[in-house]
Amino acid sequence: MEPETAFSAIGEDLICIGRVTVFLQQFANALALGSVYALFAIGFTLIFGVLEIITLAHGTIFMVGAFAGLLAVTKLHLGLGPAILTAMLAAGTLGWVIDLVAVRPLRKRSFHHLAPMIATIGCATFITSIAQGLFGAEAYRFPFDFVPATSYTLGPVQLTLLQLIIIAISFAFMVIIIVLLHKTKWGKAVRAVAENRRTAALLGIPVDRVYQITSFTAGALGGAAGILTGINFNTIHAFMGGPMLHRGIAVVILGGMGDIRGALLGGLILGFSEIMSVAYISSDFRDAVSFGLLFLILLLKPAGIFGRTGERKV
Amino acid sequence: MGEFLASTWYTYNTLLYTIFVNGMLALSIYLTLACGQLSLGNAAFMGMGAYTAAILTMKAGAPFGIALIAGGALPALVALIIGIPTLRLSGVYLAMATLGFGEVVRVAFLNMSITGGSLGLNGVPAKTEFWHLLLVMGILIYFFVKLKSSRFGRALEAINEDETAASVMGIRTTLFKVWAFAAGAFIAGVAGGLNAHFTFFVSPREYGFEFAVDILTFAILGGTQTFWGPIVGSTILTLLPELLRFMGPYRLALNGLILLFVVIYLPNGIVSRDTFKKKADRG
Amino acid sequence: MLKVQNIIKDFGGLRVLDGVVFQVAEGAIFGLIGPNGAGKTTVFNIVSGLLQPTDGRVIFNGADITRLPPHAIAAQGISRTFQNIRIFGEMSLLENVLVGMHRLFSYSPAAMFFDLPKKRTEEKLLREKACDILSLVNLEDKADWAAKNLSYGGQRKLELARALATDPKLLLVDEPAAGMNPAETEELMDEIVQINRRGYTICVIEHDMKVIMGICGQIAVLNFGELIAEGSPEEVKRNPLVIEAYLGKEG
Ligand SMILES: Nc1ncnc2c1ncn2[C@@H]1O[C@H](COP(=O)(O)OP(=O)(O)O)[C@@H](O)[C@H]1O
Ligand SMILES: [Mg+2]
Repeated sequence: MEPETAFSAIGEDLICIGRVTVFLQQFANALALGSVYALFAIGFTLIFGVLEIITLAHGTIFMVGAFAGLLAVTKLHLGLGPAILTAMLAAGTLGWVIDLVAVRPLRKRSFHHLAPMIATIGCATFITSIAQGLFGAEAYRFPFDFVPATSYTLGPVQLTLLQLIIIAISFAFMVIIIVLLHKTKWGKAVRAVAENRRTAALLGIPVDRVYQITSFTAGALGGAAGILTGINFNTIHAFMGGPMLHRGIAVVILGGMGDIRGALLGGLILGFSEIMSVAYISSDFRDAVSFGLLFLILLLKPAGIFGRTGERKV
Repeated sequence: MGEFLASTWYTYNTLLYTIFVNGMLALSIYLTLACGQLSLGNAAFMGMGAYTAAILTMKAGAPFGIALIAGGALPALVALIIGIPTLRLSGVYLAMATLGFGEVVRVAFLNMSITGGSLGLNGVPAKTEFWHLLLVMGILIYFFVKLKSSRFGRALEAINEDETAASVMGIRTTLFKVWAFAAGAFIAGVAGGLNAHFTFFVSPREYGFEFAVDILTFAILGGTQTFWGPIVGSTILTLLPELLRFMGPYRLALNGLILLFVVIYLPNGIVSRDTFKKKADRG
Repeated sequence: MLKVQNIIKDFGGLRVLDGVVFQVAEGAIFGLIGPNGAGKTTVFNIVSGLLQPTDGRVIFNGADITRLPPHAIAAQGISRTFQNIRIFGEMSLLENVLVGMHRLFSYSPAAMFFDLPKKRTEEKLLREKACDILSLVNLEDKADWAAKNLSYGGQRKLELARALATDPKLLLVDEPAAGMNPAETEELMDEIVQINRRGYTICVIEHDMKVIMGICGQIAVLNFGELIAEGSPEEVKRNPLVIEAYLGKEG
């Protein structure tokens, strides 16, 4: 299957649901979609907040997480929980490796502000190409009935078990990450570095370790988003990272760069906008929605919806 | 002898044409890189130019020159619209906005009827002569030579090095960045128009993110300190796949490695300012 | 000439400037002093348009320039140097100065493309002028060096030359003596006096009071974002608040 058709197939089941059910049903669908977007974007925004770089390899990490989860299920016959952990471990390790080979060497000297972004494009291109070589361009699926097609009725809304799992896991991870950042020693170190790396270094915080931990954590979150997306749409292919990266970028700009709660809200907003545009306008627009939102926010409120005006660094 | 030349030309003219078109694309992204901005939309701009020019010659019977200029003007206009809100902001926003923009354009090509949907446009008339490419490339090189020693070229360079300091020197940084981005889009559009009229078709699959990365790799490998860098880089990378056919699906992996390697170990690319300095010293 | 009126600046929740007021008279060398972190550079950033004040106004020659973008403020005739040197390292010294002259050029893109006489005469004239400016800071013999290859002191001078090249009415100089030895510092102070004699009004930041005592007619002292004294060097030196601020810092 061509990658384009593979990806547009993702929207198909949403479209059907969209046409037949009411607004509240859309609400549930949007929540499932948006919570994964938020999960993906939190990793992206975490890297920006702490390392002060834009990592354009985050989509690739997402794709690798999805494949790792898939292989864990199909080759190792693991269940959902262990598969998610495998995906997170693989993607987290990849995030750490990318930091090591592409970003860290640049940190050691003064570099042009585009350099890390270009280096991460290099990583993304390399890994995607390898994945394409290994897996071809076709889409892979999880075994039939990997997640039973049970659904629950809550008033007028039908929630599938899958949607419940996705929403629960995404929110669980988001809560965990926020708690970790605020309550643990390492979390506080990460926040201190995000605030001001020089002061943090003066306070004896091992800045380089913080960067590595952040890269791993962000990658792991991206990997979790990858496997959840893979299960949700039941298609996994080498090019699935690109469209997700566009969405992640839109979400992060929407929520304000480096703002975790903003990414959460931004993810939900994008999820809703996509579901609603598919339901009430046209499915052709789905891929354009994220760019539309991004453009609008750049036009009106470039600092993000929370509008904390970004001071330019002088 | 004459026969040999003719057959060589017959075998390699497509390659030669492609070298010129890729050189133009590399110059188109160089203009934005030269003021410290990263555009990942130049493949999309090329596509817009290709479709616009091809539709004009195929369906409206427009003269080739007019079609080419229109093929440059449309992406330039779109670049102004994207650039004005985006380039007011700091360095990284253009890359992020154009990344999403490229995706939108790709989806639009696939879904519009005037672009022939997923089939694209076939039977674009053969209009591109070799001298067209020479002429356009000649104009571009002349332009970049003049730009370099002018107030405009210096302003772009200053913005690239330190935008804040440049603004304090009275340079309207946003204005320069927007024009550089739009001019780059114009060049990419013209290159797209030229390309469509010698490959005879326009396909919606050719102008995606992967090709945007190709274009970026041309410029980064060659170096962005002078405009010769992108020309050298694109020439090498256009010839390289011919030599590296055996790499098959892993060809793109090479692009990735080049980007990574050059950014870290050869930040000025193959052709840097010093390349010329040393020559001048020796001479 | 320059009136800074009740400037307040918050970064996040932190108040960095709290109601700063002072005036710089035309033709003067005005000193802005205070311990490190007092907010001096922030004042320059606001005057030159790089930062927006939370509240307050900046008036230059009777016009409100508070929320103008940096290039517009440069066009009004305010130029500056940076505490952490910000020259264009890859460009030559001459090109650095020519960038400073950006607003003095007026030829069009068409004149550039077709190499029209207007472009050629303008480039020739201003290149000569750029060389003159470089010789003002004794760098003319290195005009085609890449700026990054200059010594630290040389880079400071180049930054001064570049700021002068914009033909400003008011020149803001941020800690020009930072990182220099006493002899170099003295030479630099001399050069600042020379520049002032050519008719440029100068506002100079320094954290070490002694360095600029000799050259300033008027001094304002900042401490923790508040203006604690203003007056002649003699008055300021005797001001108990100033003594306390400086002793407090040392002790
Ligand atoms: N862009 C900024 N963001 C946050 N805090 C800043 C910024 N610029 C300056 N500050 C803070 O403002 C205070 C004053 O800084 P500054 O004006 O550089 O002092 P000075 O030049 O007098 O040494 C310092 O505490 C500094 O940390
Ligand atoms: Mg300072």
